[in-house]
Amino acid sequence: MESESKRKKESPNTAELAVTASFPDEVLEIVLSLLTSHRDRSSVSLVCKDWYHAERWSRTQVFIGNCYSVSPEILTRRFPNIRSVTLKGKPRFSDFNLVPPNWGADIHAWLVAFAAKYPFLEELRLKRMAVSDESLEFLASNFPNFKLLSLLSCDGFSTDGLAAIATHCKNLTELDIQENGIEDSSGSWLSCFPESFTSLEVLNFANLTSEVNTDALERLVSRCKSLKVLKVNKSISLEQLQRLLFRAPQLEELGTGSFLQDLTARPYADLESAFNNCKNIHTLSGLWEAVPLYLPALYNSCANLTFLNLSYTALQSGEFAKLVVHCPRLRRLWVLDTVEDKGLEAVGSNCPLLEELRVFPADPFDEEIIHGVTEEGFVAVSFGCRRLHYVLYFCWQMTNAAVATIVQNCPNFTHFRLCIMTPGLPDYLTNEPMDEAFGAVVKTCSKLQRLSVSGLLTDLTFEYIGKYAKNLETLSVAFAGRSDRGMQCVLEGCPKLRKLEIRDCPFGNEALLSGLEKYESMRSLWMSACNVTMNACRRLAKQMPRLNVEVMKEDGSDDSQADKVYIYRTVAGPRRDAPPSVLTL
Amino acid sequence: MSQDTTVDSPESSDGASLMSFDTELTLGLPGESRSPARAPAFAQGHKKNCTKRGFMETVIDLNLGTSHISMPRGQNSESRVSGTGKYPAAKAQVIGWPPVRSFRKKTLEGSSKLVKVAVDGAPYLRKVDLQIYSSYQDLFRALEEMFTCFTTRGDYNMEERKLTGALNGREYVPTYEDKDDDWMLLGDVPWKMFVESCKRIRLMKSSEAVGLAPRTPTNC
Repeated sequence: MESESKRKKESPNTAELAVTASFPDEVLEIVLSLLTSHRDRSSVSLVCKDWYHAERWSRTQVFIGNCYSVSPEILTRRFPNIRSVTLKGKPRFSDFNLVPPNWGADIHAWLVAFAAKYPFLEELRLKRMAVSDESLEFLASNFPNFKLLSLLSCDGFSTDGLAAIATHCKNLTELDIQENGIEDSSGSWLSCFPESFTSLEVLNFANLTSEVNTDALERLVSRCKSLKVLKVNKSISLEQLQRLLFRAPQLEELGTGSFLQDLTARPYADLESAFNNCKNIHTLSGLWEAVPLYLPALYNSCANLTFLNLSYTALQSGEFAKLVVHCPRLRRLWVLDTVEDKGLEAVGSNCPLLEELRVFPADPFDEEIIHGVTEEGFVAVSFGCRRLHYVLYFCWQMTNAAVATIVQNCPNFTHFRLCIMTPGLPDYLTNEPMDEAFGAVVKTCSKLQRLSVSGLLTDLTFEYIGKYAKNLETLSVAFAGRSDRGMQCVLEGCPKLRKLEIRDCPFGNEALLSGLEKYESMRSLWMSACNVTMNACRRLAKQMPRLNVEVMKEDGSDDSQADKVYIYRTVAGPRRDAPPSVLTL
Repeated sequence: MSQDTTVDSPESSDGASLMSFDTELTLGLPGESRSPARAPAFAQGHKKNCTKRGFMETVIDLNLGTSHISMPRGQNSESRVSGTGKYPAAKAQVIGWPPVRSFRKKTLEGSSKLVKVAVDGAPYLRKVDLQIYSSYQDLFRALEEMFTCFTTRGDYNMEERKLTGALNGREYVPTYEDKDDDWMLLGDVPWKMFVESCKRIRLMKSSEAVGLAPRTPTNC
């Protein structure tokens, strides 16, 4: 059926169109309903009017990368049958406190529209949205078929909102609460799941801090026989975890609670057998305050692990190295830089299948520099893990030569996010800028989709990016560049660029305005602490009516400077819910 | 920080070779201004030249110092003695940098008892979570692993309270700063009491530890 659609797409002559015209809509809709990729669907909808309509009637999932690019009215008008919505709100730099509070991205108006038009909504995935308890209560009460709630990096709600979800969503299969700014007043929300409720498959409350009723949790886990993912919070002790594991041998993803306990008597053996009892675990996280003594209990389980998230455990290199020896099948690894280069060497030696590595700094904000990892660790991993294609690496020093070696070993990078934590730091061995490092990355890694640069960088880095990074979609830049030319090279050279976020760079009006045409093909542009003026922003806004140009002013700053600029394409016009600190031009 | 850096630059001040970048980066970083160290309110003006230069200078000066200038960092960089064992000065604080989610930062704080460990001669500190160790022996085993120059003949002699450094034959005395800001020798008090009162640990070179006794303020 798919090839039929493709054939029709390619030869739109009259005879073919006549065939299409006699093709019942319902059948076309069935055909198109098999298409799942958003991009394919977008292409399909552009073919002709019939296809546009067939596509819109058959679409059940929608992904909106910027909630202000479209309005609830426009969305519900175009797509009448949506069951699953993914919405992203605030600009990514809001994660780092660069966006004023009350900026917007409130889910409520969307929920009201959905209650009217999509009463059968089943799934809602939100990222960086403002979500209130009132909204969660509304959600819980207005969608009888609601199954899946995923909140990532959202804020504005408390455990009361979760209680509403637990109480009313009788068909809930997934509750995934991650990395949110949540007001955690009480763990009693968990006890709100009725005794008759058995459908849960995914429960992730690792984010929360308050204690939950462990009896209620145990009963919940016992009766939800399809539970595949369980990620508990720090308040759950090892002993409690053991009991949970015995109740849920079918678990595939586990987030432990605190791994710190004064276990006495026979506890260690019990812990080990509890883990051994769960033969299907392929993802492991949590492990707060992991006492080295208890880690060996995990060794058997580690054999099947494909994803290990130790980013909340300050393991030292020795303990970590001993653990990683038991994880030969690892594909994704998140760690803290407390494992140091020695720990990463152990990764290189033991995890040949590794595809993704994220090394987070344990102490980025301390007034003194705490050791962490260096270029050596990264190089060691690259020698041992040739399939590596996703890296997020925080370090205090780097060299051009090391990066060149790394990409030579691993030319398939799709995501290369290197954060040298001291702004503007050159290659510490040669004192040169880090231009050649990122030059090597873009020259060698033709599949590169996402790049974050750091260190001392001249415009040359951006010339390289513009010239070579033809598949680049997301670029993050901080404390880099010398002149407007840098940004211009990127805007002119990267055909697939969708998101550009820049802070503290000497790029000004000329650079901003050189991208006039480009911004409509991008999702968004963020520029803060650069050299952009209000007048240039006004000019941009005037010439490009389909872009929203928003400026956030700092207190006491020069009137003519545009301190923070957020520009995005939209079909919904300027937004009306911006706070006073955000000016829409 | 060692003063005998091998920097070939006309200027003679600290961070000299990196200062040359300073003059090249004239366009600066307007907007969020940065004052050195931790001034309570960031100046909000756009005094481009001076604020920005101040920032770059500060960053280069404070963070890089000598450990970043033309000094190859081999595996035993910790063992390389760089003089008085002073630590890098305070970092310049920049909003939203490094780009680590505040959520992550909050999660790591909290119940663990993390203390900084400094070793005379090492430019960077480390942190250990005292809660996960159950005795002084445990802790020292971990410290030995961390500071590799001690591993081969690492030998904790309870009597002498010294750690023998294999590589350079120096001896280190484990000391800690307690709640009363006094520097004490490790091992004086019961383990649990130590965990509760320890604020930070310093492995001091024996030569400097002369005169250090329980309940006596340190000379350093």
